[in-house]
Amino acid sequence: MHLDHTHDEAAAVSADAHRPDGTRRALRIGLGGPVGSGKTATVAALCRLLRDEMSLAVVTNDIYTREDAEFLLREAVLPPERITAVETGACPHTAIRDDISANLEAVEDLEDEVGPLDLVLVESGGDNLTATFSRGLVDAQIFVIDVAGGDDIPRKGGPGVTTADLLVVNKTDLAPYVGSDLARMAADAKAQRAELPVVFQSLRSEEHVSAVARWVREQHAAWAGAAAK
Amino acid sequence: MSRAALLVLADGRLPAGGHAHSGGAEAAVKAGRITGARSLEDFCRGRLHTTGAVSAALAGAAALGVDPVALDEAADARTPSAALRTAARKLGRQLLRAARVAWPSPELDALAARFPKGAHQPVVLGTAARAAGLDAEDAAHCTAYENVSGPATAVVRLLSLDPFEATAVLARLAPDMDTVARQAAEAARRAWDEGTDTLPAASAPLLEVGAEGHAGWDVRLFAS
Repeated sequence: MHLDHTHDEAAAVSADAHRPDGTRRALRIGLGGPVGSGKTATVAALCRLLRDEMSLAVVTNDIYTREDAEFLLREAVLPPERITAVETGACPHTAIRDDISANLEAVEDLEDEVGPLDLVLVESGGDNLTATFSRGLVDAQIFVIDVAGGDDIPRKGGPGVTTADLLVVNKTDLAPYVGSDLARMAADAKAQRAELPVVFQSLRSEEHVSAVARWVREQHAAWAGAAAK
Repeated sequence: MSRAALLVLADGRLPAGGHAHSGGAEAAVKAGRITGARSLEDFCRGRLHTTGAVSAALAGAAALGVDPVALDEAADARTPSAALRTAARKLGRQLLRAARVAWPSPELDALAARFPKGAHQPVVLGTAARAAGLDAEDAAHCTAYENVSGPATAVVRLLSLDPFEATAVLARLAPDMDTVARQAAEAARRAWDEGTDTLPAASAPLLEVGAEGHAGWDVRLFAS
């Protein structure tokens, strides 16, 4: 990782913290997780909460449609020029991990066209429990699961659950209806993740997305702080 | 030449965006022109001897050091479909990103500066081959191979085709790929001597028409 290292040649290395013109690029946060766990809803909620305090853009990775990008456009969480959809050729994990070139280009084009940006959210297409983001694409990643997907997911672990910088357990309001044991999920997550943070969230509650937004603000403050050094 | 460098450049796992493209196979599957291994082989053979031959010659010429700007113009002139020109530039840009990290060279940097949104993919591939110490025939071989391996991989996903059958299709096409690469290398040398107008201009109208239709679909697995 060369997060604070400037190359002499124009930046071809993706993890470089600077743009080719020498300015510091936006913080990039990835959101991954299984289909239907609430990634797009979380992105939409974050945009609504944060758009007045920072300059934001979103890259979606739909598997075979433009549904996620269109949902964000329809909900008007950001102006359309701040939302880009990447096509992934039936392999969403490839586009965020093994071959990140299309996503990097989408991020860079957003910075060129609507920048300067503070934060780019990169939303993965819904995938399996092993799908994680390359460190060449994002600076931090959030893994979103939900209580209705089975309360044994934290126990099963896998790279998403164990290594994501933030684990979000979504739709806690559904727990009583699907027989999910939140205390057990929390204990399992703690066992898998040690000190890494976990947020239990219901977008239907008063708390809404505020805990995740707080974490995002902290990440951004650290990113901006590193720039000031 | 380094035979191993050629393997690195030709590897389907090279992170250069190819996995999201079907080379026209998705449109051909939908139109009922590819239904199994036999029709996949026909499709690939047709593609190889038309757009494959053109792309291989462009890549070979770039590997020899023919002016990439002239080659990019030649590629534009040989690609009637706007959707395919867009896809070729997108893939060129992605390949350039990978190549600049793998084989850093002033020529690749100059290409990126001249074409910030991407040059045609075969032009980038030839320049990358040059940076990797490969020759015109290597670049042509690599281009000919990916010209057919892309659709074959895509059809495994689109039709749930038996992957062994798809690999057998590629193996049967190997002699054709060798022929196309050899001819492309000759065409590249001619372009070096006499200019880019001498490059082959074979076309596959159904691929062009299919690509235009495909670009307008609401639901699709592949970007092209």
